Amino acid sequence: MIDGLRRLGRSTLFWLNRLGRATLFLLRLLSALPTLAKRPGLAIRQLYSVGVLSLPIIAMSGLFVGMVLGLQGYANLVDFGATSSLGRVVALSLARELGPVLAALLYAARAGSALTAEIGLMKATEQLSAMQMMAVDPFARVYAPRFVAGIIAMPLLAGIFTAVGILGGYFVAVQQLGVDSGAFWSQMQSTVKLFDDVINGVVINSVVFGWVANWIAVFEGYDAIPTSEGISLATTRTVVNTSLVVLAVDFVLTALFFGV
Amino acid sequence: MGAFKKMELAVGVFVALGLAAFFMLAMKVSNIAELGEDKGYKVTARFENIGGLKVRAPVTLAGVRIGRVVGIGLDTHTYEAVVTLSIEPRYDRLPTDSSASILTSGVLGEQYVGLEPGGMDEYLKNGGALKLTQSALVLEKLIGHMLTNAVSGDNPPAKTP
Repeated sequence: MIDGLRRLGRSTLFWLNRLGRATLFLLRLLSALPTLAKRPGLAIRQLYSVGVLSLPIIAMSGLFVGMVLGLQGYANLVDFGATSSLGRVVALSLARELGPVLAALLYAARAGSALTAEIGLMKATEQLSAMQMMAVDPFARVYAPRFVAGIIAMPLLAGIFTAVGILGGYFVAVQQLGVDSGAFWSQMQSTVKLFDDVINGVVINSVVFGWVANWIAVFEGYDAIPTSEGISLATTRTVVNTSLVVLAVDFVLTALFFGV
Repeated sequence: MGAFKKMELAVGVFVALGLAAFFMLAMKVSNIAELGEDKGYKVTARFENIGGLKVRAPVTLAGVRIGRVVGIGLDTHTYEAVVTLSIEPRYDRLPTDSSASILTSGVLGEQYVGLEPGGMDEYLKNGGALKLTQSALVLEKLIGHMLTNAVSGDNPPAKTP
């Protein structure tokens, strides 16, 4: 009984401690941004590894998710003779939820884990300490470029995911199942709103998700125990925590945007 | 071409693709075409009950969309709903005695304002008002009417001596 309480208290303190460290880390990260602005090349290099290299998995997943939505939507709507609303079903589910959320989850698995492992390994091989010895601030040189590149990449990836998904839905619905092409697009255009669905749904959601995902990924690398076991633990934590936090934040944002 | 230049090119292509995706979402998927500043002329219509009519709902004539609802208010003296319609300037030949009704597209569809042209020679202008209106059908009221009709139909009127 006492032991249980003690363990509970210890893990609570542990989490609060980590949260505090993560917040301080974020503040230092933000204060390193002006230095980064003088050397944007660093961020471009990172944008290549987190953005360009994530593109194939994002585009392929988007295509398949859109195609599945088209098939499932058709199978369910055909009973009501409402297959002409397929366009709106596909576009709304992608723009409001699936696009940004799935892109963020894939991003955490594809890029976030790599960020954590890379930074963790830099720490384990004492590259970061070496930098500090040479009076190079690792916040400006290592953490901030990765963080910023991730936040830029995330909305672009989510937009690509959503657009490719809609094209996938179009392919299945119009080319394969024979839904009328005009109805598909016009129903979509009459329901999808630029501000509510595209700006709020895709852009704001994915910027917030990008912030969260990269903050967690970079922090886990920074905070990793510099051993091979510690790095593997940190990488796992990045993927698990990012997925959980992204889904939780998605609920909060949805409640804010669409709740009453 | 150096390795860094190639990387820059790849990043440029990536950013361009992302922006193209947003361009498609904005132009092809959402209704940006209707977001341009509202050039239409405003006409008001008073309804007893607007049911589930929403701002931005379409205004149609003969099934063709000619404008949209831009405002819904309540007249606190007459307790009528005042609906402001914005009608595209190219449809400037609507007779002043046209009537407006609130209709529903499909069984579960959204509600919209349908106009029926009248026969007058004068045309509606900015700030004009539609006098003839028909309220939305509220399902509960309709059922209520049917029930009262059914009940009164069951009891034949008392015979007058």
